Amino acid sequence: MSTNHDTKDIQQHIKVYMIVFATLAALTVATVAASYLDLSRGEAIFLALAIASIKGSLVASYFMHLISEKALITWILMLTAVFFFILMLFPMTSFIDQAQLG
Amino acid sequence: MDIPYTVEERSDTGLFNAKLGIWLFLASEVMLFGGLFSAYIFLRFGAPDGAFHEWGQELNIPLATLNTLILISSSVTMVMSWASLKLQDIKKYKLYMGLTLLCALVFLVIKYLEYTAKFDHHIFPSTNTFFAIYFTLTGLHGLHIIGGMIVLFYLWIPGRKMWLSNSEQFTNRVEIVGLYWHFVDLVWIFLFPVLYLL
Repeated sequence: MSTNHDTKDIQQHIKVYMIVFATLAALTVATVAASYLDLSRGEAIFLALAIASIKGSLVASYFMHLISEKALITWILMLTAVFFFILMLFPMTSFIDQAQLG
Repeated sequence: MDIPYTVEERSDTGLFNAKLGIWLFLASEVMLFGGLFSAYIFLRFGAPDGAFHEWGQELNIPLATLNTLILISSSVTMVMSWASLKLQDIKKYKLYMGLTLLCALVFLVIKYLEYTAKFDHHIFPSTNTFFAIYFTLTGLHGLHIIGGMIVLFYLWIPGRKMWLSNSEQFTNRVEIVGLYWHFVDLVWIFLFPVLYLL
């Protein structure tokens, strides 16, 4: 059975979930609004991905409880992030090839 | 023989086994979607200048925005179903889990409407490289939604009887499927601007 301490803890969590929900909804509207701004392609991509990253961090930190998770999981995810960024760099190699070929 | 570490934490990892298992699985999922995001970058750079943006104009932004809000809502109801179990409130668990499933169903219906509108306009994965990667990414994401719904439904009705025999293990099961569900939401958070807005 849950103790009073646990109950208070969970009720505090629920308040945080509601704040995160409102923030995510507001940021979704902000993402759409930002797409109508008169920005260069590079600026638009940066802004959209920045907002998406904030939203993703909120989901991972609070809904997935990463903010209070064990170190082992953090290490697994950091290793994953390294491989993910290597994967994102792969397409760049073809452009280096193209540049070298003139 | 009982499966070990379904509730108690292992001394070496500090986690119950399913928690470590789902995070390793999610790491592999990051690489699965990462490969396709990488393909997206490759195809975008390979397309004529501005073509991806122009082809993307065919998509329905209001419907996709609504779907984003629905999926975010489902993440909240998912985490609330877990919190309800922590508070020993099975009635609220049933309500929030049902709402999560409803949100997932509405998401799929909207996706179906989007897909059929495209097909009606003779837009298919073969139309151009943008729609090839659009249908691949959103299709794979949709399959993840369907897979998640099957597990959510199991824990909503038939699997719920475990609450009576082992409430802690049942709560852990809900937490684990919740982690998967939030990941599916997280993927959509990136798919939405990348496919619809840029």
